[in-house]
Amino acid sequence: MPVDLDLPVLKPADFASDQDVRWCPGCGDYSILAQMKKVMPTLGVPREKIVFISGIGCSSRFPYYMNTYGMHTIHGRAPAVATGLKTVQPDLMVWVITGDGDGLSIGGNHLMHCIRRNMDLNIVLFNNRIYGLTKGQYSPTSPLGKRTKSTPMGAIDNPLHPLSIAIGAEATFVARSIDTNIKHLGYTLQRAAEHKGTSFIEVYQNCNVFNDGAWDYAKDRDTKADTTLTLEHGKPLVFGKEGEKGIRLNGLEPEVVELGNGVTTDDLLFHDEKSPEPSLAYLLSRMRFEDGFPEPIGVFRAVDAPRYDQQVNDQIDQATKDQGPGDLNALYSSGETWTVE
Amino acid sequence: MSTAVEKPVEELAEATVRFCGDSGDGMQLAGTQFTTTSALVGNDVATFPDFPAEIRAPRGTKAGVSGFQVHFSSQEIYTPGDTVDALVAMNPAAFATNLDDLRDGGILVVNESAFDKKGLDLAGYEGNPIEDVALHQLEQKYKVYKVDMTKMTRDAVKEFGLGVKEADRCRNFFAMGLVFWIYGRPLDPTLRFIETKFGKRPDVANANTAALKAGYNYGETVEAFDTQFLVPKAELAPGTYRSIMGNTALSWGLMTAAKLSEKRLFLGAYPITPASDILHELCKHKNHDIVTFQAEDEIAAMTATIGASFAGAMSVTASSGPGIALKGEAFGLAVIMELPMIVINVQRGGPSTGLPTKTEQSDLYQAMYGRNGECPMPVIAACSPGDCFDVAQEAWRLAVKYMTPVMLMTDGYIANGSEPWKIPDYSTLPKIPITHPGSPTGDDKFQPYTRDEQLARPWALPGTPGLEHRLGGLEKQDGSGNVSYDPMNHQHMIDTRAKKVDDIAEDIPPQEVDGPEEGDLLVVSWGGTYGSCLSATRLARKHGKSVAHAHIRHIHPLPKNLGELLGRYKKVMVPELNSGQLNTILRDKFLVDTIGFNKMQGKPFSVGELVEKISEVTG
Ligand SMILES: Cc1ncc(C[n+]2csc(CCOP(=O)(O)OP(=O)(O)O)c2C)c(N)n1
Ligand code: SF4
Repeated sequence: MPVDLDLPVLKPADFASDQDVRWCPGCGDYSILAQMKKVMPTLGVPREKIVFISGIGCSSRFPYYMNTYGMHTIHGRAPAVATGLKTVQPDLMVWVITGDGDGLSIGGNHLMHCIRRNMDLNIVLFNNRIYGLTKGQYSPTSPLGKRTKSTPMGAIDNPLHPLSIAIGAEATFVARSIDTNIKHLGYTLQRAAEHKGTSFIEVYQNCNVFNDGAWDYAKDRDTKADTTLTLEHGKPLVFGKEGEKGIRLNGLEPEVVELGNGVTTDDLLFHDEKSPEPSLAYLLSRMRFEDGFPEPIGVFRAVDAPRYDQQVNDQIDQATKDQGPGDLNALYSSGETWTVE
Repeated sequence: MSTAVEKPVEELAEATVRFCGDSGDGMQLAGTQFTTTSALVGNDVATFPDFPAEIRAPRGTKAGVSGFQVHFSSQEIYTPGDTVDALVAMNPAAFATNLDDLRDGGILVVNESAFDKKGLDLAGYEGNPIEDVALHQLEQKYKVYKVDMTKMTRDAVKEFGLGVKEADRCRNFFAMGLVFWIYGRPLDPTLRFIETKFGKRPDVANANTAALKAGYNYGETVEAFDTQFLVPKAELAPGTYRSIMGNTALSWGLMTAAKLSEKRLFLGAYPITPASDILHELCKHKNHDIVTFQAEDEIAAMTATIGASFAGAMSVTASSGPGIALKGEAFGLAVIMELPMIVINVQRGGPSTGLPTKTEQSDLYQAMYGRNGECPMPVIAACSPGDCFDVAQEAWRLAVKYMTPVMLMTDGYIANGSEPWKIPDYSTLPKIPITHPGSPTGDDKFQPYTRDEQLARPWALPGTPGLEHRLGGLEKQDGSGNVSYDPMNHQHMIDTRAKKVDDIAEDIPPQEVDGPEEGDLLVVSWGGTYGSCLSATRLARKHGKSVAHAHIRHIHPLPKNLGELLGRYKKVMVPELNSGQLNTILRDKFLVDTIGFNKMQGKPFSVGELVEKISEVTG
């Protein structure tokens, strides 16, 4: 994205639309919206060059609240809508806003294909592990046994891990953040915006009405140091209040170790977001609190790869160079013709 | 070419030839070459390719028979012909499934070598239908030529060192050569074709050339072929022509509309027969600034098309019935967003996967009503391969002027058929003007749902400072575009979207008829049945009937004068390749007691059956 130096200096408020925000009071979506508005002026991209595209769900109301271009589309299809827009106008900065139901359930197919094409856009998946807008059914990220309106005896389908899905679909940028960790969230959105190619961010978002506290273990002041781990490129995987614990590789499996007693940070796994192989990022995406691991937040993977929108347009340029600009009269008359006097 | 005895030449006004054989026998190629050559010598031509859905049905079976029919004439023609004057059957299965269409006294060329035990078993024959008594019976009815094509082809190509399989693959060129001789067609266009197509494999090119010439010489030398037939040039309007297939014409029409409106062309598509060729064709012309997107499914193809339209492209999606069904939810989004785009439905037999390679007109209800909510979309239909070029431009003109998605209907018959097409001069085609609002000068907030005299809202493009706005599937306040649940606004928006589409009736030409302005019967058709209905009504008039033909291009909205027009005839008949879909629409709109004439056999109407029905109805 070219930075326009003559740009008027904008404030977060300039990115707020004139619409009343209608999420439930206390919803985690507010905080994500606030961080987005805060990050926008720092990107050096004029407002008219930014488009927010969403599907359907509480989170998908997002575009109405941003004073940019926007489309609130249909359930699950935002990545495809964004694909059409971005291929035609590659100079726009495109954000896709989706939920765990929207992106992973009805829209799972589009999400996977959008990511593997590495279109230059940013996907933010608000994960509240529930269907909010339809009032409380379980979602593809709800844990096994979760009791909801549609699973009175407990959910029996295995949950999906959004980042594992994204990495499996060859994502070039994956990250995770938390609605209440506003500094981290802002930083993560910023990193995503800077990435060239599809960036996929999972945000732990609280639905205080239908799934309150789903992420408390990762947010609670008392537990978060033990249940989360902040990733930093090139640094060892250390966590705990005093940084007293770490992740070590045992064969192909990660294990939690206490530092000291001969175990030093040198023995730990070091984070490498630039690794061409996605294995490390995948391994990190599999670390679950319920299995006794801290859940990483931060940038899991950030690598460069060719982008679809650019290549589509490169092919057009190439064809124009090879064949000359299109000449319709020449096309009409190509092949065998005959003349009637 | 060695010349044998001069044979008499008989002049014919027109003729119809059908090549049929196994789907691996190259019959489509034979038919296409014969078509091109006939067009090049100045005939009017119309074709009907007919192939199985399976890429390779079991060899030699009836399920695997592929045919290509060419009607060529010294007069203007509109159909590929009812009955066949010359039938080339490459194997017993093709013989069994096609013989009924050969007219009495017609020419029957059979590839004798394929009528062996195995071939006959596969086609379900006990005895051999081209031997003994059976042959005698055949010869009472037709001019029968049994030709050992396998042996003669192998002999002809021997010197080029091909394997048996490859050598046998040249048989279609032998068959072509023979039919080219029978109808006195030049070989040059096909020789040129061989050169471009097989230039990289000289052995194959030489073998095909040898087989073609061998077939031709065989006709010329063998005594059994005692007459050559000649169909003189047709009196077509002056100009330069080419032969064109429906899907090609449609693709070129789209490209033309894009240029006439100074737009990038975006096609979002997911492969489906018989629409895929539009994707294939547009992919070839990226130098015309065309973005083709092969999506992961039809829903993505359609929603990407919506995104591309928002971005300001001329955006198009092309599919067939089952794919159109998947796109349905997104049509609603396109309608409520009031964005311009074209949705192409190249219809095929349904329901579900139905008859994928066969033609039908049974998606008209889907086009008219197949969406949730009050969701009107203009529907227009092409009537012939060449007409697809014009319809594409018309669809785009309406889409941008009224800011609405437009449904464009064709069908497998039009898409794969071909006809001579008078090459237009691009510079004479009417431009399609489009305006996008620029940045506002004052402080007024941009109103994305203000309307012009067509009730169209402005097409504001991302990237324009000051026009930031949000579209969406939730109902919008007219003017401001804010989400609105206001009951009266919803009523108003539904009425406005409907009126906007209805008003297109003011913008389209009045319905015309071919034939008397009033009379006993009006035949009303739409889409690909145009040619048969036109030919049938003209023939019926020759037989003294008072019959006119109205072919409807704009199905939604219908032409303004249509109701009045229907009233001028004692009876109205609506032939359709469905169970009466336009028929119900006409009854619904005009309260007329129309008569349906319906056929769903994966085949177009023959002129004969329409003429018969016209006689029955007019008494
Ligand atoms: C085709 C279709 N099916 C179903 C729905 C109903 N629906 C709306 S939102 C939603 C689930 C949204 O869940 P999620 O993506 O987790 O978003 P949240 O509301 O929790 O932010 C469903 C099933 C719909 N709008 N469209
Ligand atoms: S239902 Fe849940 S996700 Fe939706 S707005 Fe309310 S709190 Fe937020």
